[in-house]
Amino acid sequence: MADYTIKVRRFQPESGEGPYWEQFDVDLEPSLSVLDALLQTKDREDGSLAVRCSCRAAICGSCGMKINGQSGLGCKTQIGEAQELADKKASAATGASNGSVPIVIEPMGNMPVIKDLVTDMESTHWTKIRRVTPWLLPHGEAPEREYVVEPESMLDITQSMACIQCGACVSSCLSMEADPDFIGPAALAKAYRFVGDPRDAETVERLHDLAEDPHGIYDCTHCFSCIDACPKDVAPMDQIMRLRRKAGEEGIEDPNSGHDHEMAFVKIIEKKGTLDESLLLQESFAPGVKGKLKPSKRAIREMLGSIPTAIRGIRTGKMRSLPKLIPGVHHKLPDGAQDEVQAIYRHAEEHNEEFNLYIKGDEGELAEIEAEEAAND
Amino acid sequence: MVGERGDPASRIPTAKSDFGSIASALVPTHDVLVIGAGLAGQRAALAAAEEGVSVGIISKVHPVRSHSNAAQGGINAALNPGDSWESHAFDTIKGSDYLGDQDAIEIMTREAPEEILHLEHLGVTFHRNEEGKLGTRAFGGASAARTYYVADITGQAIMHVLYEQLMKYSEQIARYEEWFCTALAMDENNECCGVVTRNVADGSMELFQAKSVILACGGNGQVWKPTTNALICTGDGIAMAYRVGAKLMDMEMIQYHPTTLAGKGFLITEGARGEGAHLLNAKGERFMERYAPNKMELASRDVVSRAEQTEIDEGRGFPDGTVALDITVVPKKRVHEALREIVLVGRDFAGVDITREPIHIKPGNHYTMGGVKTDVDGRTDIPGLYSAGETACVSVHGGNRLGANSLLDTLIFGRRSGADAAARAKRIAGSRPSRKVLEDEEAMIADVNSRAKGSGRRVSEIKLELGQTMDAKVAVFRDEAGIKEAIEIVARLKEEAKTAYIDDHGSVFNQDLLGAIELGYMLDNAECTCLAALERKESRGAQYRTDFPERNDDEWLKHIDLEKTDDGPEISYSEVTITQWEPEARTY
Repeated sequence: MADYTIKVRRFQPESGEGPYWEQFDVDLEPSLSVLDALLQTKDREDGSLAVRCSCRAAICGSCGMKINGQSGLGCKTQIGEAQELADKKASAATGASNGSVPIVIEPMGNMPVIKDLVTDMESTHWTKIRRVTPWLLPHGEAPEREYVVEPESMLDITQSMACIQCGACVSSCLSMEADPDFIGPAALAKAYRFVGDPRDAETVERLHDLAEDPHGIYDCTHCFSCIDACPKDVAPMDQIMRLRRKAGEEGIEDPNSGHDHEMAFVKIIEKKGTLDESLLLQESFAPGVKGKLKPSKRAIREMLGSIPTAIRGIRTGKMRSLPKLIPGVHHKLPDGAQDEVQAIYRHAEEHNEEFNLYIKGDEGELAEIEAEEAAND
Repeated sequence: MVGERGDPASRIPTAKSDFGSIASALVPTHDVLVIGAGLAGQRAALAAAEEGVSVGIISKVHPVRSHSNAAQGGINAALNPGDSWESHAFDTIKGSDYLGDQDAIEIMTREAPEEILHLEHLGVTFHRNEEGKLGTRAFGGASAARTYYVADITGQAIMHVLYEQLMKYSEQIARYEEWFCTALAMDENNECCGVVTRNVADGSMELFQAKSVILACGGNGQVWKPTTNALICTGDGIAMAYRVGAKLMDMEMIQYHPTTLAGKGFLITEGARGEGAHLLNAKGERFMERYAPNKMELASRDVVSRAEQTEIDEGRGFPDGTVALDITVVPKKRVHEALREIVLVGRDFAGVDITREPIHIKPGNHYTMGGVKTDVDGRTDIPGLYSAGETACVSVHGGNRLGANSLLDTLIFGRRSGADAAARAKRIAGSRPSRKVLEDEEAMIADVNSRAKGSGRRVSEIKLELGQTMDAKVAVFRDEAGIKEAIEIVARLKEEAKTAYIDDHGSVFNQDLLGAIELGYMLDNAECTCLAALERKESRGAQYRTDFPERNDDEWLKHIDLEKTDDGPEISYSEVTITQWEPEARTY
């Protein structure tokens, strides 16, 4: 047993008072969870401390909360590890080790607080989930037996089916902080569960819906917060990126030109080996290798709109090498290096594999399995 | 392509009530009211809505938090060409130690394939074989690989897909998410006509009116500590039915699952053994050779749990009171594909990489085979009151439930209850509940609130003593002395609960108050389980009496029924339905 101190952000709506902090001492094995600490506090000290919880095993998704500022599940965060993180953060902030500091526990972000750690998930999380038409839309009569589908397609969407709707990703989402109307990581991961499902007959309509909504798939800023927060390895951002890729494949216009911007990197590197920044803007907004440009009105508008950013970049020193803006000046890779770059492209195209935990396991595990299989052959 | 919008609460249909003191009060009214929103409840609601009646579904937690989530391994159905419902039925009957009712088991196993296909058509992402068709895995007590699954999140996957359907049919099915039920409402003919609820969000009390009420509130695992069950599994439905006079059946039959983590009680799916994992004692022996030489680790759960407990009790376990589950013998690729959840449970809750080393496990409280006595359409012996899933006892599980039959039970009898409840609603005019039941419940809550701090014991203390008592005395092995001790302790705890105090006296999200009400439910469940365990003087399925170690078909091939009287539960018996499988000796 060890002693820990938890510092809980409390809010008692009937008290007429605003939120406040309260510290509690708990006595737990380090391997027990932050939720165990809260339950011990409820049981022994203060039964009015409100926290949703049920399974204690990271399957019901009730106990989403922020622990030392990080969104996750209370039941899945060991108290010993939470203490280490709290101490590490404190010493990083002050530059010195100052012993044990309290473990800070707060309600989830991006949601109104009802009481203590209980948030209003209905008005945010669930409203957004319902926004993505979260049910299968097959066409015609169901077959007499099961739908026959590629085995891997079911494993593929099992990663997003593994979502337990805990809201940790929503809590951590930086885009939603800036745009509360963003459909968000959980709902978009749920959307992929249908878009990736070969039984769904309205995949294209779904993609249009999610791409054309200004708060849809292109509202994600690719910050990885949701991947860090997700307790079930759903990797919501990966699912959003897959939605974008599928939207791109369907030729759906990306209002931010994000897809074209991404493809600009791909094309330039394939051709030149390193990033030729003089081509980046035009390639992003008016794809087509130099000389064959047919920029649309929108592309011209976007390119002109980017000029102030470029000027700011030069002024602040972010863009240091002016010649890089002059087409043709960009250096070539020495010797046969460009061939090697293209070999990498070929390899990637030939091994067009999705990274999916249900198919592959974690990265290290994947390498190990492959090594074992090679040894067995 | 537009999802559901708007506030579900604004769609609550109401009817004017002219009963009671508040003549103009609006009573939320549905033809069919489902209490509990796990698999049984959601399936019942969808089936009732299909019949065109108005449906409400009430749950004390958000539906996707329900404990059906925790069913990892899969769902049984004889759907493969080489398999047959008779084989599935026989395995279930043998697994039940012949206490299951064979008419009900026939229905469940015959209807299983169609239900699996229905789920598949709704969108459940079942595992596929190489041909892209539904694939199966092996499970305990089964003579064929007939378990359909989604990795090891089968319950979660099915429940989230059913919830998708609830969202889709939100016009027909009103959802009351985070509403807690405190009592059933009865009319003057002793028919069930509604339920008293508390809106958890604001503490307001409401009397709901319905022509049919379906209890699908899950089991009572929290009566034991530790348990694999969630904190919400407090036997609410069983207790509410018992309190209005419905019969309970086979309450002594409590399953201990063979593979739970020591201390925390977390579940390691039987799918692990289905994939080939071994059980080892501290000497490294595969001890199941001595207990079930044919089925080994895949014998019925009661058999495996007793084998483990015997190894532990006789000193061949590890010092922490466990034996080991060795999953390293399963190919790693298969583990990642089919047992990913267990990799996470091992890593996060035991600090063990199950792909590299064995994990320590022990038998732990897991499932309530008994419950509210129903027929094959979910009808209890109170008109208008139905029950399905773990709350109910049809009985398809008898003395011991087979792995991957619980999800099936919830779906088959959830659907049948929903359909029959809807048929009743179409048939009858319905009666209005008296507001007295609401006033009684408000008085009960006022009483709990009035107890001063320190005036009695803390609710949490009583729960802990109850759980430890039941795990010590009414578990894998039982005897008269131990059960009698448990009965005395439970009786004392019931008295203490009357003065137990809480800290929170507010209206908004008062979990403290709900905990006190749940304690009452748990104590009623415990009392009934102890009495039935004392009554059954034989060993059958999960009930193993060290003082009566043999199964005794001559005297005890019968159900034990319990009914509430002013002096406590009254015991009676009912026949086990036998169709074509006469009881035989049970070996694996």
